[in-house]
Amino acid sequence: MSQPAWTEDQPIVSIKDVHKSFGDLEVLKGISMDVMKGEVICIIGPSGSGKSTLIRCVNALNDIQSGSIQVEGQEVNDKALDKLELRKKVGMVFQQYNLFPHKTALENIMMAPIKVLKQDKAEVEKRARSLIEKVRLQGKENAYPGELSGGQQQRVAIARSLAMNPDIMLFDEVTAALDPETVKEVLVTIKDLAEDGMTCMLVTHEMGFAKEIADHIYFTDRGVIVEHGPPATFFEQANDPRTQEFLSQIL
Amino acid sequence: MWIKHPIPGIDKPALTKFAVLKPYTAVPAGAADDLLFSRWLVSTPLWAWLVFALALSAWPMASYASSTYTMSDAFQALWRWIPFIVTGGFFFNVVISFFAMLIGTVLGVILGLMQISPLWVIRFPAQVITQVFRNSPWLVLLFIVLLALPYEIEFGDTIIRIPDWMKAVFGLCLPIMANISEVVRGAINSVPSGQWEAAESLAYTRQQTLWQIILPQCFKRMIPPWMNWYAILTMATPLCSLLGVEEIITLSRQAIEAENNKPELLVPFYGFALLIFFAYCYPIARATIALERRFAVKL
Repeated sequence: MSQPAWTEDQPIVSIKDVHKSFGDLEVLKGISMDVMKGEVICIIGPSGSGKSTLIRCVNALNDIQSGSIQVEGQEVNDKALDKLELRKKVGMVFQQYNLFPHKTALENIMMAPIKVLKQDKAEVEKRARSLIEKVRLQGKENAYPGELSGGQQQRVAIARSLAMNPDIMLFDEVTAALDPETVKEVLVTIKDLAEDGMTCMLVTHEMGFAKEIADHIYFTDRGVIVEHGPPATFFEQANDPRTQEFLSQIL
Repeated sequence: MWIKHPIPGIDKPALTKFAVLKPYTAVPAGAADDLLFSRWLVSTPLWAWLVFALALSAWPMASYASSTYTMSDAFQALWRWIPFIVTGGFFFNVVISFFAMLIGTVLGVILGLMQISPLWVIRFPAQVITQVFRNSPWLVLLFIVLLALPYEIEFGDTIIRIPDWMKAVFGLCLPIMANISEVVRGAINSVPSGQWEAAESLAYTRQQTLWQIILPQCFKRMIPPWMNWYAILTMATPLCSLLGVEEIITLSRQAIEAENNKPELLVPFYGFALLIFFAYCYPIARATIALERRFAVKL
């Protein structure tokens, strides 16, 4: 089945009626959303509403039972999918950083481009050093993850993902495990990234940040998108009682 | 040592407290403490061994005080036989343990990696083999190998004899293989799943993840249980005397026979065997516990 080539005026990520169950527990009950290139979307909602599962489906860390997820026109819900090719386009940052503890910050960033993309070492190192600078970690190149604070580790993790030159970045509650004072440094990094035009999908509990950075906000509850809209209208004029209740508890 | 620069979270405590940096032990789920033997050997104070040895020698001394063949005669006999027992006998125990460990480790690592394969056809047989050999009495395995293996193999005109000690190596490497397999599986499973996911999201293949991300993190942690198994294996090599292998116990028995089977000889000769095994295994047990402490990440 040949697909029409993806062009930039089409959604870079197109999610249609996605259903996902873990055993008997249905966590996604028909989710649809479109993300355009360069857009920043935030997914918010109570715990267990399927936010993380949804973005993990985008880079095929989880598979889905039915529906369609297209990334740059490539169907993800496809047995014949080349997962490695997909993941070269989609970077992901985790709540618990998941840095490789036996490698230094610089090595963490350089490993995948060298080993997976088979790029030239000198060139990768140059890029890695500029990424370290971009996430404001100069001087920490040779520190091991265990020598860095949570916020610093998370910024290395972001740089590690960026080193693969992805088209889309997924952020899965990246500040949820951080101290309040280090949350900001990570958010600033993500904001820089968004301003550079990176397509970002964030799952977050930082409402203020979502309001500031997002082009579009989705509120999920119990596996469905209850409400969505641009931040201005979403926060001011939430219609659904579930959204109102959630926002009243958070804000 | 091979550690150039201690890595936090691996060689020393890390600053943060997240799952990826939690200490992990190479103890397979559900298994008893892997280092039980080394711990027991190390935790026994040295004076306890001295008292034990003294009690052993005091009892026959009292019993045979009136006999004409004195304990000093017995110890003189032992002294004459020591070079023969050590170079001809204990040497073989070390050779057997060395080769059994070598072969057992190679096979065990392969089997352990097979046990974590996503493919059922690879994983299931590996699990069965591991469990069967892990739970069989060593002596039974030794006898099966002794009786099942031919004592010589013919390649056309050339006949290759398989010496008994080589059969003993095959017999002993089987339980070692199974236990090393569990050590490897346990160590790999002890690495947090987030490491697999992070590598996966960076487009690593499963093989790359295993060799570049997972194994380097848990390799050092496999060393203490591995050494522990070596000490256990060495202690088990006297079993080979039942197969007629000329190791320390067989030679001690022959030496006692050559000295007219005096009962006074039993304690000095077998006591000496005990002592030499202790002298060999105690440093290994100490090193095992030291390495284990070193690799355990304290938070």
